[in-house]
Amino acid sequence: MAEFFTKVLDIAQRYWPLFWAGAKVTLLISLTGTVIGLVIGLLVGSVRAVKVEPRDSLGVRIGKHLVHALTSIYIEVFRGTPMIVQSVFLYYLLKPVFKWNPVTAGIFIVSVNTGAYMAEIIRAGIQSVDPGQTEAARSIGMTSMQTMLLVVLPQAVKNSFPAIGNEFVVNIKDTSVLSAISVTDLYFQSIGVAGSIFAYTQTMAITASIYLVLTFTTTRILGLIEKQMGRPKSSFPASQTVPGNPTF
Amino acid sequence: MENIIEIRGLKKHFGQLEVLNDIRFSVAPGEVICLIGASGSGKSTLLRCVNLLETPDAGEILVHGQNILQGRMDVNRYRTKVGMVFQSFNLFGNMDVLRNCMVGQTHVLKRSKEEARQKALFFLEKVGMRDFLGASPAQLSGGQKQRVAIARALCMDPEVLLFDEPTSALDPEMVGGVLEVMKGLAREGLTMIVVTHEMGFARDVSTRVVFMDKGVIAEEGTPQDIFQNPQNPRTREFLSRYIQA
Ligand SMILES: Nc1ncnc2c1ncn2[C@@H]1O[C@H](COP(=O)(O)OP(=O)(O)O)[C@@H](O)[C@H]1O
Ligand SMILES: [Mg+2]
Repeated sequence: MAEFFTKVLDIAQRYWPLFWAGAKVTLLISLTGTVIGLVIGLLVGSVRAVKVEPRDSLGVRIGKHLVHALTSIYIEVFRGTPMIVQSVFLYYLLKPVFKWNPVTAGIFIVSVNTGAYMAEIIRAGIQSVDPGQTEAARSIGMTSMQTMLLVVLPQAVKNSFPAIGNEFVVNIKDTSVLSAISVTDLYFQSIGVAGSIFAYTQTMAITASIYLVLTFTTTRILGLIEKQMGRPKSSFPASQTVPGNPTF
Repeated sequence: MENIIEIRGLKKHFGQLEVLNDIRFSVAPGEVICLIGASGSGKSTLLRCVNLLETPDAGEILVHGQNILQGRMDVNRYRTKVGMVFQSFNLFGNMDVLRNCMVGQTHVLKRSKEEARQKALFFLEKVGMRDFLGASPAQLSGGQKQRVAIARALCMDPEVLLFDEPTSALDPEMVGGVLEVMKGLAREGLTMIVVTHEMGFARDVSTRVVFMDKGVIAEEGTPQDIFQNPQNPRTREFLSRYIQA
């Protein structure tokens, strides 16, 4: 047992620059991928929340159905296949076009994959917003776009913040599959170290610890942000909570 | 005087259910019309048809003589002219009181921030909510929310303000404040259509009472006509429930 820990410490001391470099790549890809994925999810999710209305012309109706069908295919395909398969497939498929390096490809793949999940999270978030909010917005003359951007989406994002944050945590772990296209993330570096010194158990103990620190810290930070968002922006003196008198 | 709104032959159904049947109805400037009737008689649907939150199946809605159900009508422009106050307030949950009253002005009417702010302050003062500018809707009581919602609607300078049971979701002690605000608006000559179960308000404030029954206007007239001398047996039956209560 003591021998095991000695070995672990030894590996950590000798190879920490590699672990550190890998952890940075993991964070870079998962953070960038989550943010871009959120943007994709906001777009796709809001487009999918648009309903066919009785006043729509035939062209608009067909357009809406087409968009719905295409986004459905996107979501089903990316949620229904493993990200490791997506990454190998897309990396080699698009390599001649983009001439990209593994990290760029990795960010692309994580973004598109996350976007599919985010789209559903955002759509559910939009549905959780009271329809009265939309009616009130429309009743003062806002367009459906203004209603979405000014009233519905801000509340949808707030409502689904835990699920959005969870995608980030999932991505920190799941970017490890990008090793399949030689992205030099934490897992890739670890396997390199482990293989060169033939100490898989000890190395992976370090790797697991680093992942755990990353996800635990992230979860805590997200929790704090969530708490902050729940708080009203400003407060007013308690003495003013008595109903004011109308001036008529 | 010329009618602001004139509705002819309005029909609306949801699936098999006939909710509005051949509604004929007009609103002249300065009128305060109270829509009364049993629950489910179609009052809300009629109100929602007026600002096109519901699309009628048939009929005409003439606004200053122009049919808004026909052709390329700018619905959003029209809606700024017809304010709506909801039973459940529907203040924007992601905005404080002041922003609730400004956002429509700045984004729909394209007023400057300063102009919108001044207007918002003016109407918030009027409804007694000037001290709550930074409060979020969640911090307010129902009566306070409804007064802010009224200010929000007034900020758009509507020609007509629609109220759908504005006091029905309120605790009894909150009702008076909201009704006071509405009475004040009526005195100032604002044109209003009010769906309400507050018969006292209908009797004292309205210029005309419209009784709806099963999707049709069963009777309409001055408050005196309707409350003292109702012609239709269904009106009598409906009102008797309130007089006993
Ligand atoms: N969106 C809707 N879909 C289906 N039925 C509806 C809808 N809105 C209202 N109704 C029905 O139409 C009838 C009239 O409703 P409403 O106009 O809300 O009546 P009131 O406001 O007088 O109580 C009711 O039977 C109600 O259930
Ligand atoms: Mg109703």
